[in-house]
Amino acid sequence: MGIETPNGFKLDNAGRRIVVDPVTRIEGHMRVEVNVDADNVIRNAVSTGTMWRGIEVILKGRDPRDAWAFTERICGVCTGTHALTSVRAVENALGINIPENANSIRNIMQLTLQVHDHLVHFYHLHALDWVDVVSALSADPKATSALAQSISDWPLSSPGYFRDLQGRLKKFVESGQLGPFKNGYWGHAAYKLPPEANLMAVAHYLEALDFQKEIVKIHTVYGGKNPHPNWLVGGVPSPINVDGVGAVGAINMERLNLVSSIIDQAITFTEQVYIPDLRAIGSFYKDWLHGGGLSSTSVMSYGDIPEHANDYSEASLKLPRGVILNGKLDEIHPIDLTNPDEVQEFVTHSWYKYPDETKGLHPWDGVTEPHFELGPNARGTKTNIEALDEAAKYSFIKSPRWKGHAVEVGPLARYVIGYAQGKAEFKEPVDKLLTDLGLPLTALFSTLGRTAARALECQWAAHQLRYFQDKLVATIKAGDLSTANTDKWTPDTWPKEAKGVGFTEAPRGALGHWIKIKDGKIDNYQAVVPTTWNGSPRDPQGNIGAFEAALLDTPMADPEKPLEILRTLHSFDPCLACSTHVMSEDGQDMATVTVR
Amino acid sequence: MTALVLGIGNILWADEGFGVRAVEAFHRLYAMADGVDLLDGGTQGLYLVNRVAEVERLLVFDAIDYGLKPGTLKVVTGDEVPKFTGAKKMSLHQTGFQEVLSAADLMGHYPKDIALIGCQPLDLEDWGGPLTAPVATSIEPALAAAVGILAAWGVAPMRRAAPLPPESGLLANDIDRAAYERPRAGLA
Repeated sequence: MGIETPNGFKLDNAGRRIVVDPVTRIEGHMRVEVNVDADNVIRNAVSTGTMWRGIEVILKGRDPRDAWAFTERICGVCTGTHALTSVRAVENALGINIPENANSIRNIMQLTLQVHDHLVHFYHLHALDWVDVVSALSADPKATSALAQSISDWPLSSPGYFRDLQGRLKKFVESGQLGPFKNGYWGHAAYKLPPEANLMAVAHYLEALDFQKEIVKIHTVYGGKNPHPNWLVGGVPSPINVDGVGAVGAINMERLNLVSSIIDQAITFTEQVYIPDLRAIGSFYKDWLHGGGLSSTSVMSYGDIPEHANDYSEASLKLPRGVILNGKLDEIHPIDLTNPDEVQEFVTHSWYKYPDETKGLHPWDGVTEPHFELGPNARGTKTNIEALDEAAKYSFIKSPRWKGHAVEVGPLARYVIGYAQGKAEFKEPVDKLLTDLGLPLTALFSTLGRTAARALECQWAAHQLRYFQDKLVATIKAGDLSTANTDKWTPDTWPKEAKGVGFTEAPRGALGHWIKIKDGKIDNYQAVVPTTWNGSPRDPQGNIGAFEAALLDTPMADPEKPLEILRTLHSFDPCLACSTHVMSEDGQDMATVTVR
Repeated sequence: MTALVLGIGNILWADEGFGVRAVEAFHRLYAMADGVDLLDGGTQGLYLVNRVAEVERLLVFDAIDYGLKPGTLKVVTGDEVPKFTGAKKMSLHQTGFQEVLSAADLMGHYPKDIALIGCQPLDLEDWGGPLTAPVATSIEPALAAAVGILAAWGVAPMRRAAPLPPESGLLANDIDRAAYERPRAGLA
């Protein structure tokens, strides 16, 4: 039956139903069901994710100053981002100001995560949606070298280098253990790269893996350790002792120089490897501009990377802040995260209970009460769902909305807003990329556009790392060594009751933590994470979320091998790990596809 | 670094936290030999590959569903390890860890020796919950097994005269095991 959603999408669930469960190469567990028409074009999309039991259950009664350490454990990927969001929420609640050096160091930590996460996502989770690893085996190493040298000055590009790499890959594939490359749809008609481009991309896959060990050292220097770096309400935990030698935990000149050299490497790697690869891939896929979804109409970014400590206004934030609705790029709405009528979570189509499910709840008043039931038109049983009923409750993800609107969050949302604001640092790289590829601005609103925005943002973040590192060193040289403000450290300096909100732009989108403090302890704590925005089910009005919108109207070459679905979902860098735990059966590694 | 002792898992899901809690206890009770590092790997997945690729020997603690009696320990070594970490996908980090090993292999830096000390969990669904009794009881025997493996590798740890105090532990800020489990134990 065909319907039109209030946010302007046509849905028709008449055709064959394709179930992909689990969606592979993501963090956490996710399932998607689509209906395709006679031409195998997606006409209805239903996305569902695992249970989130709410961090409030664990944090209630704990010390607000420790909340970051718990939130760091809810996800294996966004550890530092959750921790930063948490300390900001507590500082906002208690009116704690941090020193400038702490602001610079936090920005460096956050930008480091942005660079690291974007690289890992592109090369290790997403590239294989565009790159056919098995095809790389038939590449000519000489031609690969010529290709690599024609697009970049990156030194690892000799015929011998690619020949060795191809030999290693061949041995690996022949051993029958494809490792990270198993479960691919190798040879699929939707792969468009020539063998040489595939081999080059596989080489960079391994180089990116290797570069990780450098980039994480920045977290070790400023966070004391990695993984799970340390954070501090009121500032940053590591003191600055410029003349110190080898003191544990202290930031000295030697360490500052180490960070500086790693930042140089990050800039070089991004500009000589990541961006050229993105352009090369883009040039072969510029006819595949599906997957735009909400990006051309409704996007949101909280903004992040404050230029000035304690100033979280739009003017101070270097990543764009605001909301665009209904495609009106000339009107950017301001955001107030404390306003009970702006950010609200609905559960009409989610497996939770609210007293009144026609209304949404602001996170300060949020509740997480699971209530799992299948709709009347679902098929199968609770433990073996054959098909979901999207007219009823169908996901453990809640539906967050901004003033009732479904929005997309993430790198593309940030770039669309920055572009609409006319900010040169976002607009110019987009225009240049599109011009070079011979594409119009509308091409940005696509799966490929999302992938491109992430690459451009990685480059932006690498340069911002340099900016804040230089700023930090200049401040230190001017004699300001302050890294923490302990004026309001002890609970006897706090009000009896307080509430606050902290926000960041995580690599995959807007992240908010809302906290209520009572008698020195946490009374309520809610996190609204980026994948909840993008992966949300429908709301009471029937608006669909970003994942569902992006899948619509995509033609599939072979519905039994849903490469196009994975490609578009992966472009969001979905992370359901903060909802952890699987509901699938044993040992299921392949994206299992069922046609009903 | 010649050897890495790695604990993986999510401490927020009851017995899922076995690997991390084992490494935490190992650190408090034993001093490692030179060249041996202890790491709380959490659910870091692919982010751990560089730590794995830089060592000759790798010892992993993890909660593994072998279909045995809860708390049962099982030690596997060498080529068996990746098979077991992928035997049953209970959580993110397990599939992740199998991929970590093959990624290290592809990078050409697969550890020479690998051992996995797995513990059969009882409860993985208790969000915010403690280790269950059978799994908690298995930590000391798991450490004894680890001591034997490290000794065979020529890097035996030394039992400390007294355990390190909690504030010197691997996990701090109220997520060390005693503090984390306090509310469920009925303590404020």
